[in-house]
Amino acid sequence: MTQMKKHAWVISLAVLLAVLLALTKIIQPGFGASGIESLARAALPFGFATSGMAVVIIAGGIDLSVASMMAVCAVTTAVLMERIAGVPAVIIVLLAGVAMGAINGLLIVLTKVPDIVVTLAMLFVWEGVALLILSSPGGSTADWLQGTIRGSLIFSWLPKAFLIIAMVLALLWWPLQRTKLGLSIYAIGSDELAAFRSGISIGPTKVAAYAICGLFCAFGGLSLAALTGIGEPVPGPYLMASIAAVVLGGVVLGGGKGGLLGPLLAVFVLRIIRTLLTLMAVDPNVTTIVEGVIMVGVVMIGTALTLKGTRK
Amino acid sequence: MSDIPLLDASGVAKNFGAVKALTDAKLTLSKGQVIALMGANGAGKSTFVKILTGALKPTAGRVLIRGQEARVGSPAEAQRSGLVPVYQEPSLIPDLNVADNLTLGNTPVQTFRNWVEELGIESLKLTDMISDLPLATLRILDLARALAAQPDVLLLDEMTAALPTDLVDNVLKTVRKQADAGMGVIYISHRFTEISDLCDNATVLRDGCTVGELPIEPGVEDRAVELMLGAKLALGKRHTGVALRSEGTPQLAARGLASAPKLSDVSFDLFAGEVLGVVALEGQGQDELFDLLAGITPPTSGTLSVDSTVASFNHPSDAIARGITYVPGNRADALLLQRSVRENIALPFAARVGDWGPLNRSMERDRVNYAIEKLQIDTRAQGEVQRLSGGNQQKVTIARWIAKGVKTLLLFDPTRGIDVRTKRQIYPLVRELAEQGAAVLMYTSELEEIPLACDRCMVIFNGRVVDMIDAKDADEQTLMRAAYGLTEVA
Amino acid sequence: MSIAPDDRPDPFRERFGRYLADNPMIPLIVFLILLVIGLEVMRPGIVTPFRADRDGLLSMFWIGNLLKFAIPLAMLAACQVLTMLTAGIDLSVGIIATVAAFVCATLSGTLGVAPAVLVALSCGIIIGLVNGFGVGIVRVHPLIMTLGTGLIATGALQVYQRFVINVGTEIPAFLGWLGTGRTAGMPNGLYVFIPFALLIFWIMRFTGFGRLLFAMGSNENAARLSGVRGWQVYLALYALSGFIASMAGLLYLGMIRQPSLSLANPLLLPSVAAAVIGGTSIFGGRGSYAGAIIGALILRVLDTMLTLLQMPEGARTALFGVIILAVTAIYVRITGSR
Repeated sequence: MTQMKKHAWVISLAVLLAVLLALTKIIQPGFGASGIESLARAALPFGFATSGMAVVIIAGGIDLSVASMMAVCAVTTAVLMERIAGVPAVIIVLLAGVAMGAINGLLIVLTKVPDIVVTLAMLFVWEGVALLILSSPGGSTADWLQGTIRGSLIFSWLPKAFLIIAMVLALLWWPLQRTKLGLSIYAIGSDELAAFRSGISIGPTKVAAYAICGLFCAFGGLSLAALTGIGEPVPGPYLMASIAAVVLGGVVLGGGKGGLLGPLLAVFVLRIIRTLLTLMAVDPNVTTIVEGVIMVGVVMIGTALTLKGTRK
Repeated sequence: MSDIPLLDASGVAKNFGAVKALTDAKLTLSKGQVIALMGANGAGKSTFVKILTGALKPTAGRVLIRGQEARVGSPAEAQRSGLVPVYQEPSLIPDLNVADNLTLGNTPVQTFRNWVEELGIESLKLTDMISDLPLATLRILDLARALAAQPDVLLLDEMTAALPTDLVDNVLKTVRKQADAGMGVIYISHRFTEISDLCDNATVLRDGCTVGELPIEPGVEDRAVELMLGAKLALGKRHTGVALRSEGTPQLAARGLASAPKLSDVSFDLFAGEVLGVVALEGQGQDELFDLLAGITPPTSGTLSVDSTVASFNHPSDAIARGITYVPGNRADALLLQRSVRENIALPFAARVGDWGPLNRSMERDRVNYAIEKLQIDTRAQGEVQRLSGGNQQKVTIARWIAKGVKTLLLFDPTRGIDVRTKRQIYPLVRELAEQGAAVLMYTSELEEIPLACDRCMVIFNGRVVDMIDAKDADEQTLMRAAYGLTEVA
Repeated sequence: MSIAPDDRPDPFRERFGRYLADNPMIPLIVFLILLVIGLEVMRPGIVTPFRADRDGLLSMFWIGNLLKFAIPLAMLAACQVLTMLTAGIDLSVGIIATVAAFVCATLSGTLGVAPAVLVALSCGIIIGLVNGFGVGIVRVHPLIMTLGTGLIATGALQVYQRFVINVGTEIPAFLGWLGTGRTAGMPNGLYVFIPFALLIFWIMRFTGFGRLLFAMGSNENAARLSGVRGWQVYLALYALSGFIASMAGLLYLGMIRQPSLSLANPLLLPSVAAAVIGGTSIFGGRGSYAGAIIGALILRVLDTMLTLLQMPEGARTALFGVIILAVTAIYVRITGSR
C-alpha cells in the first residue's frame, strides 16, 4: 500500500511538470526546444546537489556541506583543466568528491557528533578549501566539457543536460537500490537498531551514503564549471534548494523512504516555476518569495498528508 | 560429543564503573534443553543476556559455546558461533518489505516461509511492508528468521509478550519440537504457565548472581519466586472482593463507544471506589478503548459521560481536566528519559498555559515527595530516568498522577515486563487508590492479577463487552473462556 | 575481536565524564581561558597590556570589544538554545535580525524612533508566529520551516528595499549609544544583555514554560499525555525566538551603524555553533544558555585569533570549521552524551 503511495507521489510530480511545461508554452509560444535546453542546463547543478542530499537523507542523515563540496569540485575542475587534459581532470574531481563525502561520513561515525553539527562544521572547512584552491573566480574549463551539457541529442527537445543527469542516476543509483548496500542505506534510515540486529554494519553503510553524496556533488561541481566556464569558490544557493527539492520529491526527512526520481522531478518543477515567473516579468526578488512560499507550502501539505496517512 | 554443553557460562561478572551488575552468573545449557532464565528487574538478566549474545564483554568469567570460547561483538558474529537471539523489539526494517529484509539478513527464503507457516501465520506475502504488519506478526517473523538460521542455541526474550493466545501455543509447540530435535533454548519470561509448559529447568538470577538452578516440576513457581525475592513471599494477597459500591451515579459512564474498526460497541459504568479490570486477547479493541477514554483519539460513535455530564475530548488535556488520567502500557511513551525523576513526576503541573509562569517550587516538592514515598521509588540514581530499572520507571509513570491527584485512573497493562517485587507493590497501591475514592480502570494481560486487584472484570472480545465477571468468580479459566468469546450467547 | 558497542570506560573516566555532563560549563571555561592565553601568546599585550609595556593588568579595551561583538551572537544563540531544547532549530534568526534592523533604520526618519522600533520588533514576532504555526500546527520539520520562512523573508526584504530606496536611513541615537558607547569601560549593550541573559536563565529553569521546552524535546508524546498542547508551546517558542532575534538585530544595527540586506546573516551559523559548543543537544531535552554564552565568547576569540594569524581567508574559514568540530567531538567524548 505504501508502495502505491510512493509511486503516486512521483507520478503527480511528473504530471505537474507536464502541466507547467504546457503553461509555459501557452504564456510564451516561442518557448521550445532551446527553452527546454537552457532550463535543463541551469537545473543540472541543482539536480546533482539534490540527488546527493536525497541519498544522505534516505540514510537517515543530512549533509549541510553539499554546496561547499560542489564549490571545491568546481574550482578544482577549473584549475586542473588549465593544466592537464580533460578526462583525467574529470576523474580526479570525481575522486575528490567521493573523498570529501567519505571524510564527512567518517567524521560522523568516528566522533559520534550529530550529522547536522559535523556537516555544519565541514561546510566551513570545504568552503575554506575551495578558497585555498582558488581565492577568487578564475581558472578555465575545457571547451569539450562545456559542450557536453550544451545542446540536445537525438531529439531536438531532449537536452543533453537532462540526458547526462538521467544517465548518471541510472548508472549509479538504480542498480545500487537493489543491492545489499542500497537496501542497507534504506535500512539504517528506517530503523538503525533493527538494521544493526539484521547484521548490517552501520558505520560503513553511513560512510558509503555520504561518499555517494560527495560523488553526486562532484558531478554537480563539474556541471557548474561547465555552465560558467570558470570556477567559483563561493558556494551557491544549493543547500536550501536541494532540501526543498528533496522534500518536494517525496523523501521523508526521517529517512528510509523515497527515491531519487521524485527529487529530480521536483528540481525541474521548481526551475520551471522560476522560468514561468521570469517570463511573466515578475520581479526576481518576488520570485525568491514565491520559491520560499512554495517550499514551505509543499512541505506543509506533504507533512499534513503523511500525518493523515499514519492516523489510521 | 553430546556431553559438551551447547552453552556454558560460568563465573560471569560485569562491572559498570563502581556498579557491579553481575558478580557470579552462570548458566549451562545442554543439547535439547530448554532453560528458563528468571530474575527480578535489576537482577542482572539483561546484562547477562547482552554478554551471552556478545553485545558486551564480561569483566570476568567466560562463555563457551559448543566448547569454544565465544567473544563476539556483532549479531553476524554471534550467529556464526551458533547463538541466535530474538529480542523484545522487532528487528525488521519498517520501511522495507519482507523480501528485502530477508536479503539483508541473508535468510534463506523458502526455509523462512516454512517456519512462518508452521508458526501459524498464513497469507504472508513477501511484498508486504513491515510497517503495515501487526506487532504479533512481526514477532513471529523474527522467530522464523531466527529458526531459519538453524541456531544451536536459541535465545528468546519475552517472546510471547505481545502475542495472542493461539500464536503463543504455536510458538511453544514449535520451540519444544526444535528442542526435542537437539536445539538448546534459553527462554526469558515472566509467565509461569509458559515456563511450566515449555522448559526443563530454570536458572534464577538475583543481584547479579545465579542463586539456583531448578528443575521444572509442580510447585516450582513458589520456589522460583522465593529464590528471586530471597524470601518466601506470596505473589500477593487475594482480594476478597469487597461488596462493590455500584449504586449511585457512576464516575464514568460509557454508552456504545466505538472506534472503527477495532472497537464496535462498549458500554459500562465505572464507579468511584472500585477497580474495574479489563481482560482481552491481543487486539480486541482495548487499546482503542483506552485511547478514547484518555482523550488521545475521538470516538467514531457513542457517548462518554463523566459525573453525569457528557464529555467530548479532543486532546488528553480535556480528559485530564475532567479528572481522567492515563498511564500507558509502553513506558517509553510516558517518560522523559533524559530528565530527572522529579521533573517527570511534576510534568502535568506545568501543562496548561496558566501554569507556564514561575514554578511553585515548595508545593511541587511536597507533592513529588509524597508520590515518591507512596510508590517507594528508588531515587538513588540521581539524574536521568533512563538510568533507573524498568520497575522503577513504571512507578514513575504512575507517580505522576499520584502527585497530581487521582480521580479516574486508566492503567494499561501496568505490570507488563515488571519484576515480581514491583508487581507486589503496585496491586495494593491500586486498591488503596480505590479505597480513597478513585475510580480505576485497569487492563491487564496477566489474568491472575484480576482477583488480586479488581472488584469486577470486563471482558472484551471483537470490540464488544462480552462478559462482566465479579472478582470472586474471576479464575483464569473463566476469564480465558470469556476472552475467547465463548460465553457470548449467539 | 570487535569493540562491544555498549562497553563503558573505566570508573574514573566515567565519573569524571558524568560530572562534566552535569556541569558542562567547566570544560568550556577552561577551553576559553586556554584560547585567551593562546591569543595573548600570539600578540603579547592584547589581553594583558603590561606585557607590551603599557598600563593595565587586563585590557579593558579588549574585553569590551570582545563582549561587544559577542553580545548579538549570544542573543541569537539564545534563540537556538531555546528551539533546540524542543529538538528544533531556528534558521531564520539571521534574516529576522536583518529585517528588524533594516525596517527600523528606514522607518525611524518617517515614523519616529519608538514606532519604528515597535514595527521592527513586530516583524520578528510575526515571522516567529509563522514559524510556530508551521512547526506546531502543521508539524513541519523546524529545519525546513525556518529555512523556508527565511527565504520568504529574504525575498520580502529585497522587495521592501526597492520601495524605500529613496528613503534615507536613520539609526536611532539610543541604538547607536547601546551599540558603540561605553559606560564604566564596558559596552553599553552589556547592560541590556545581562538582564536579558538572566531572563533566559529564569525562563529555562524556573518557569513552567521552560520545563515544557525540556519536556517536549525529551518526549513530546509523554508531554501530550500529561496534558500539554504542543502547538501552544511551539507558537510561543518561535514567536519568542523571533522577538529575541529582532532585538539582536536592532542592537547589531547600533554596532555596525550601517543597515544592509545581509547584516546579520553571517551570524546565523555561528549562533548554532555557539549553542552546540555550549552543550545544547540538537536532539532536544538538554541544554544550557550559560554554555552558549561561553560558546559565543569562544567563537569570538577564535575569530580574533584567526584574523591575527593573517591566514588567507580560506584557511581561516576551514580552521573555524575544524575547531567547531573538534570542540564538539571532545565534548561528546568526555561526557559520553550527545
